[in-house]
Amino acid sequence: MTGFLTLLYKELLRFWKVGFQTLLAPMVSTLLYLLVFYHVLERSVDVYPDVAYTIFLIPGLVMMAVIQNAFANSSSSMIQSKISGNIVFVLLSPLSYRAIFFAYILASILRGLLVGLGVYLVTLIFFDVPLQLPLWSLLFVILGSAISGVLGLIAGIWADKFDQLATFQNFIIMPLTFLSGVFYTVHSLPAGWQYLSHLNPFFYMIDGFRYGFFGISDISPYISLLIVAICLIAISVLAIRILKTGYKLRH
Amino acid sequence: MPPAIEVRQVCKRFGSLHALTNIDLEIHTGEFFALLGPNGAGKTTLISIIAGLSLATGGSVSVMGHDIITQYQQARRNLGIVPQELVFDAFFTVREILLIQSGYYGIKNNIRWVDEIIERLDLADKADANMRTLSGGMKRRVLVAQALVHKPPVIILDEPTAGVDVELRQTLWDFIKQLNQDGHTIVLTTHYLEEAEALCHRVAMLKEGSIVALDSTQNLIAKMTAAGKSISLRLLPDTLPSSLHALLMNHNNGLVELRIENYAQVESILSSLRSENIQVLEMHLQQPDLEDVFVSIMRNSGNQSK
Repeated sequence: MTGFLTLLYKELLRFWKVGFQTLLAPMVSTLLYLLVFYHVLERSVDVYPDVAYTIFLIPGLVMMAVIQNAFANSSSSMIQSKISGNIVFVLLSPLSYRAIFFAYILASILRGLLVGLGVYLVTLIFFDVPLQLPLWSLLFVILGSAISGVLGLIAGIWADKFDQLATFQNFIIMPLTFLSGVFYTVHSLPAGWQYLSHLNPFFYMIDGFRYGFFGISDISPYISLLIVAICLIAISVLAIRILKTGYKLRH
Repeated sequence: MPPAIEVRQVCKRFGSLHALTNIDLEIHTGEFFALLGPNGAGKTTLISIIAGLSLATGGSVSVMGHDIITQYQQARRNLGIVPQELVFDAFFTVREILLIQSGYYGIKNNIRWVDEIIERLDLADKADANMRTLSGGMKRRVLVAQALVHKPPVIILDEPTAGVDVELRQTLWDFIKQLNQDGHTIVLTTHYLEEAEALCHRVAMLKEGSIVALDSTQNLIAKMTAAGKSISLRLLPDTLPSSLHALLMNHNNGLVELRIENYAQVESILSSLRSENIQVLEMHLQQPDLEDVFVSIMRNSGNQSK
């Protein structure tokens, strides 16, 4: 347990020491999105009845920030350690592959939650954002950041260079989050796009998260929960397997 | 008591390249052991396999009786590795790094031992400095300190003195000697053969992924000595009396090299020269050291089949 806690502590300290870049910067950019969309779209987009567009947008943006930062945390920590070589200090130690997995993922979850919470608290100053079923939101934000953290870990282990990681981020994570219903409800989409959206696991995270705020969602939160949980388990099994076999880490 | 390190039939292939071929090696507890070989011979690969950083294609390795795959946690607890590359984590200070490293080994509250290593490795001034700000030599010391946080019985140092100035090299060796006297098994690789000769009880020489010599340092040198003591002379005039022709090994650039069995022969050689009125301008006695052993073995073991 001490080994796991130490690695977790190290991972938390790592982003905490550069908190300006890892916590504050993503909060500011998320709030800029909000500011811009609020001015441009507030009166022109219809989402849910009785929910103003900006209020609808807030949980989506919070979740997007959570997903992106959870991914960024595990992926950049892993690739930096690989490229600078200091990953050997973890690999030389008796830390089990499960301990390594859980430490990286928990650190990702916590960074995601900190950024998300920061954004949410700032929006509360300006807007009246309801949070009707906070436990649902909490559940989805934890599962969502965990999935993102696991994806980041896998990407960080797989990538040999920073640009490969950027490819993963820009061509997989970014499109999946942007097209997951952060900015709109999928009901507003043509049927084909609606169908495609349902293949995107990030859609269920955001839909379920938003359900906790408004008590309304595009699909049943139970189905979303099931799908998100299955996704998390599947990629976690994959990630633990990768760590166990030493893929790209132990040659 | 199990051997400190036991390597059995270890092979490592990278694609079609055979980096290691059927390595068998047993290093006893308390030994001071050197792994020698030219660049690319497979020293670092072998160390990486023992450390679990690299996976062997075949064979098995155990550390203090613990298999490095099936009992990896016990094996790694018994092992401290000082990597060849100067790797460090730029986010932390020296003391933070050492406490974090202790935690990885499950050790809480290691501050007393960490401060002692910091003291003994002369890092006290830099204990709270960020790793980035340290010089190469200082980073090297931190690497040594990191390998010691869990007081491992077996310590492997991969070229610990590469790129290190003379003074630090001396400090490091004194420290490592002390560790060996305290009962730690020490394995090292080095390019400075005189270091291996001065410190190590036993030597394995690697060439192209195979062990080409494995013996005590003394035996290796003794074998060479039996074969090859010699005396080099610069003579005026540059001619050799016929009585000495039987001993001639080499004669070029005015330097005559004669094979001798023992130093008593020197006297008779000199008297032969005196009786022919040949002056001795220069004289060297050559006794092989580990470097000669090394060069001769590397030359004679030839290009073995792959």
